[in-house]
Amino acid sequence: MAHDEHNGVSRRHALECMIWAGTGLVWTMSGGVPTSALLGTAKAADTGFSFLQISDSHVGFDKPANPNALGTLEEAIAKVGALPAKPAFMIHTGDITHLSKDTQFDDAKQVIGRAGLDVHYVPGEHDIIDENHGKAYLDRYGKGTKGDGWYSFDDHGVHFVGLVNVVDLKGGGMGNLGPEQLAWLADDLKAKSASTPVVLFAHIPLWTIAPDWGWGTEDSAQALQLVSRFGSVTILNGHIHQIMQKVEGNVTFHTARSTAFPQPAPGTAPSPGPKLVPAGELRSVLGITDVVYRVGKEPLAITDSTLAG
Amino acid sequence: MNTLMRVTRRSALRLATTVVLGLACHHSTAMADDPPVAKVSIDNFAFTPATLTVKLGTKVTFVNHDDIPHSIVSVPGKFRSKALDTDQSFEYTFATAGDFDYFCGLHPHMKGKIIVTPE
Repeated sequence: MAHDEHNGVSRRHALECMIWAGTGLVWTMSGGVPTSALLGTAKAADTGFSFLQISDSHVGFDKPANPNALGTLEEAIAKVGALPAKPAFMIHTGDITHLSKDTQFDDAKQVIGRAGLDVHYVPGEHDIIDENHGKAYLDRYGKGTKGDGWYSFDDHGVHFVGLVNVVDLKGGGMGNLGPEQLAWLADDLKAKSASTPVVLFAHIPLWTIAPDWGWGTEDSAQALQLVSRFGSVTILNGHIHQIMQKVEGNVTFHTARSTAFPQPAPGTAPSPGPKLVPAGELRSVLGITDVVYRVGKEPLAITDSTLAG
Repeated sequence: MNTLMRVTRRSALRLATTVVLGLACHHSTAMADDPPVAKVSIDNFAFTPATLTVKLGTKVTFVNHDDIPHSIVSVPGKFRSKALDTDQSFEYTFATAGDFDYFCGLHPHMKGKIIVTPE
């Protein structure tokens, strides 16, 4: 059996603990070597840091799939607050609101603020449908960003890039980064050494999952080419309201669950709209994502947990 | 015996309804020319009918029946709706003939076409 080099629980022990605790759906993946980490046990102080990804809160949604999206967001944020190891910050990969209404942005901000963390946002297509075509989002979250809201920042030696791929969508197409943003990205990454871990986050997946449902980004290949020289790349997306993961060389792709409602897996339903599940099951298909960076360990460890745990 | 009577009553009701509707249709045709109207339904992330042919001057109503908002964006930008929540609609009167492609601004893989015939 492979010897676990990481400072922490061995894989066998972690699996035993998970069975005992009945957590079920908590698992971790990183690079080519599966590692297990119980949520919140990362010793961030001496080995690195952790941050949260939440996505698709759709504040204002009130249809049968979840009559109270604001309520389940509250539960998700309470869960964040209860984590034993406090994350350094949170990333929200978009569709903060359902209809870009001021009250929805305000409610989301108020609830998410209860976590007491800095939050880095990127918009989803539901966040830019106000009468002023995206001004509502930029008024709130555009400070320090370029173009339609893209930006980058560094934390603990990791380079984070927030990308916007929900603007200027073309008929029949999927997500779109656009030439201006790609030129900016090239310039932004230019001076970074290949050993800098890079995290890209954007609403629509940056790899093609289901083109018939628009689950992909038309010009993501150019972005992926720009990060191909880096030793560790993690791409965090939302939009599809379910977890999908892929590893390609040094690049780990991950999509998060929604905190509002699930959507069907590709090919299992006529359309990607909200999926109705029995009320007792709803919380098991909504969730948050904890990402741990251990200094010196290149792939980031990603742990998804549901609101039912 | 009872069944026969019920059927008869039902048939009579149906006949009466048809007559009333027939009179109503005849009545509306006799009124001043209302602009022609047509409808496109949005269900399950699809425009139905996907291609709609209408006469010049038709007012087309797009109605969203999904639990998710959609919008109508024409190519090139002749018309554009705001985001339509469930049961909201957008109306557009086609004053020129031609082919009008459109798609959903939130979900661009959803496409449709209105063909406007001259007359």
